[in-house]
Amino acid sequence: MSDWKLRARQLARNPLSLAGVIIISIFIIIAIIAPLIAPTPPGRSDPYRIPRDGYFSQPQPPSEEHPFGTTEGQYDIFYGVIWGTRSAFRVAFVVIAITVLIGIILGSLAGYFGGVIDEIIMRITDIFMAFPWLILAMAIVAAIGPSLKSVMIALCTVWWPSYARLIRGDILALREEDYVEAARGLGASSRRIILRHVLPNAIYPTLIMASLDVGAVVLSAAALSFLGLGAPAGYADWGQMTEFARNWIVGPQSDPLKFWYAVLIPGLFILFFVLGWNLLGDAFRDIFDPRLARR
Amino acid sequence: MGGVFRRPVGAVRAVDGVSLAIRRGQWLGLVGESGCGKTTLAKTVVRLWKPTSGHIYFDIPDEIREEIEVLESQAKNNSKLASLLKQNDLTFFSGSRLHSFRRRAQLVHQDPFTSLNPRMKIKNIVGEPLRIHEVLSGPAVKTAVEDLVGTVGLSSGQLERYPHQFSGGQRQRIAIARALATKPEFIAFDEPTSALDVSVQAQILNLLKDLKKEFGLTYLYITHELLIAESVCDYIAVMYVGRVVEMGRPEEIFHAPRHPYSQCLIAATPVPDPKRRVGRIVLPGEVPSPANPPPGCTFHPRCSRATKECSELEPELKPISGDHYVACFHPL
Amino acid sequence: MEDLIKIRDLTVRFYTYEGVVHAINDLDLDIRRGETLGIVGETGSGKTMTALAILRLIPYPGRIESGSVSFFDKSTRAEVELLKLREDRMRSIRGNKISMVFQEPGAALNPVYTIGDQISEVFLLHRRQELGRQAKQRVDSLLSNGSGPAATLKRPFWRWQSRIYRKIAEGPNPLEPRILSHIPVFRRLLWRLRDEARLLTVNMLKDVEIPDPGRVAAQYPHNLSGGMKQRAVIAMALACSPELLIADEPTTSLDVTIQAQMLELFRRIKVDKGASVLFITHNLGVASEVCDRVAVMYAGRLCEVATVEEMFLHPMHPYTKALLEAVPMPGRPLQTIPGALADALNPPSGCRFHPRCPSAMPICQQERAKLKEVSKDHMVACHLF
Repeated sequence: MSDWKLRARQLARNPLSLAGVIIISIFIIIAIIAPLIAPTPPGRSDPYRIPRDGYFSQPQPPSEEHPFGTTEGQYDIFYGVIWGTRSAFRVAFVVIAITVLIGIILGSLAGYFGGVIDEIIMRITDIFMAFPWLILAMAIVAAIGPSLKSVMIALCTVWWPSYARLIRGDILALREEDYVEAARGLGASSRRIILRHVLPNAIYPTLIMASLDVGAVVLSAAALSFLGLGAPAGYADWGQMTEFARNWIVGPQSDPLKFWYAVLIPGLFILFFVLGWNLLGDAFRDIFDPRLARR
Repeated sequence: MGGVFRRPVGAVRAVDGVSLAIRRGQWLGLVGESGCGKTTLAKTVVRLWKPTSGHIYFDIPDEIREEIEVLESQAKNNSKLASLLKQNDLTFFSGSRLHSFRRRAQLVHQDPFTSLNPRMKIKNIVGEPLRIHEVLSGPAVKTAVEDLVGTVGLSSGQLERYPHQFSGGQRQRIAIARALATKPEFIAFDEPTSALDVSVQAQILNLLKDLKKEFGLTYLYITHELLIAESVCDYIAVMYVGRVVEMGRPEEIFHAPRHPYSQCLIAATPVPDPKRRVGRIVLPGEVPSPANPPPGCTFHPRCSRATKECSELEPELKPISGDHYVACFHPL
Repeated sequence: MEDLIKIRDLTVRFYTYEGVVHAINDLDLDIRRGETLGIVGETGSGKTMTALAILRLIPYPGRIESGSVSFFDKSTRAEVELLKLREDRMRSIRGNKISMVFQEPGAALNPVYTIGDQISEVFLLHRRQELGRQAKQRVDSLLSNGSGPAATLKRPFWRWQSRIYRKIAEGPNPLEPRILSHIPVFRRLLWRLRDEARLLTVNMLKDVEIPDPGRVAAQYPHNLSGGMKQRAVIAMALACSPELLIADEPTTSLDVTIQAQMLELFRRIKVDKGASVLFITHNLGVASEVCDRVAVMYAGRLCEVATVEEMFLHPMHPYTKALLEAVPMPGRPLQTIPGALADALNPPSGCRFHPRCPSAMPICQQERAKLKEVSKDHMVACHLF
């Protein structure tokens, strides 16, 4: 459709959007070719366990053998960040997919039918939103036991209210649109109206928010891991790697930046990942809002 | 079809005690300015909105209507009355009755830029009513949609497009095609041409004329432009702040208006004829908001003929000659 | 009648993602002093763009490609080329010598300021010196007439104020008042300017026939009805007695009876203020009510310009004729114009109207016709003439 071509062209003209696309594409490629550039040593069953080169605790600077150096416990940073890309995508997509789904279901019910249903759902949402998210997430992870899976569960629990709210708001607005009224006039059932008229128009702001949220989810997961509540030690996850580097952020007095590679490299990966998704989210907003797309 | 109804929303009497009858095959024009309740009336007639009180009868024989009136005047809480109402009064329709009613009566919205789902293709927009009412299915729908689209003057090659790729006039045609899909008997139009250019407006009006003749339709046509109503309608009702103030045939209303408001409305309508500039009656004051209507005759604060009576009592719509009705204590 | 605005060869194009839109093409138009000129056209005719071009308000991605808009300023007795003016000089013309009224009065008014404040803003912007003079006069009279202990205390403040207002009255953008206006507490010394502006505002509201202008000036836009808002916007536009008032479909969003009041107001403005009005509308009836001369545009080009009587009684251009026949009139069948409005991205070659024209000739497809004077003050751009 020439419409999409138009919007793709528009996307390409905006240097920031282009940057976002490029950054994320690079990450996608890294995630796909991870086994090629950071091969799992033979004999290991779980590729997400970072190989160790000894048991010495102090991180070693980059060398030929370890291109990005090693972190505490001699875990290879290069391997860790490359495979961490896969973890990042996994965590982000699982959390976002589940929260968006929950948000759509609850938000549509609340928004379209209003009344008692709306009240009940919104009060539940309020309860969840009243908790400081980090505390709640920490509590959940602590209760289940730290692992990447529990991080995902915790984040889902903390994240769904904002989507429910967003979708409910969009639906409340869309409910009054002329074409929804026209559909009612044609005799369409509520289910039909929600699925075919309201949601397809409400979904785009949600998609935009979701793409902006990918970065936030990864940051939150990294924060939890940094606190020791996430992936187990030695797991290939950016947050986990920053947790290793926790004791080595500042080196000895003579050379405070001695262990820069341990913190900076996983940190940079996180930064660029989040940045790329934020730019991409802005780009999506430009593409998906047809009114903005004009001119 | 006829009815008496009132729809207070909060404290707003959008439509206040209106009684209208539209005969089969008639083109009734409802004329008025903003806030007069014409849109509310149209949307209530097709049951997009529910009236607060009153009755709407769609294709019900007179005897039944009279029977209901008799039973109502007896003021007895009658189970017979309740069942009669449930059967015949649109106000009480629900479920499958309402569903079948929707096949017979449709509404075309005012703004063609918002009445079509921007994310649906034209073929789906026009085909949706067919699918909802399970009139046809599969390939038969496609043929029917092509026919409909052709009837309104668009080509079937444009079926795969989205609304924003069409002009205002074309979009309105699509909305009309959608309304025609289930072969309704009655279509209500809410100012369908007010968002369109003059030349496009003329095309749409002619299209409506042709469609009416071809399919034997009955129209309720809402507009704020008296000239359009005069040009195409068989019968006109003039509304002001929720009430009908005058009803009659276009020639009568236009050349011999009996209500002061109608006269002012006609005088205020600009006509591209430089000779007609002189002798205008410019109506002072503002159009009152239906949330706060003046007491008595709603027009009295702006009326040059108003007397004390007008500020206290509400005039009833009474016949003044033949089928010409006026609601005024001092008609012209 | 002398010319106020002379537009020559104006071309405006919009560079959109879908292609180039020719909004206006080689437009030649004169607006005379003291007349109400109407521009009539449908969507895509370029009528709004013409108005925006005069004030150099064409939005991105539009660009004024070529042409000239000459403005004959009565006060300076100079001919000013508006398209080549520096932006700050242009700003002193907008709202001051040439002002504009838009279609949606609600959109032109800022919802968080009162009507009075918004109109006063125009005075404070363009008539600062005069306001300063008035304020100084008032303070001076206080200085000479004031007596009693309260007056003695306030005297130094009054002297200070008098000096400040003198500075304002004398020069454009004097230093001391400018510095003061940035310091929160001392800014209050300039309150008399606001006061004077308010007086002028109330007078202006009276001029546009708003009842109880003092009370209305203190109200916010959402308290007013559509008609009143439009009057307020007109008051803003007329505040500085502009030589040209551009009105872009000012009555389209109003009810018929309110529109009639508004047209009456426009007629009065012409008589009282002597301003020229460029009245843009798609409604031929409105044009015939309020305009002296009418110009009909189609697809960015001028078709016909004539006096109102001539235009409506003896229309010459096929488009004008067709448009008149398409207006629903009692006792006449509706005639439609075949085809659709010219595509803005891909307009027809030669005369834009030729695909729909009942009298089209082969030459119409090849070249466009130039504006020719066909009878007294009646110009048509058509190969038939």
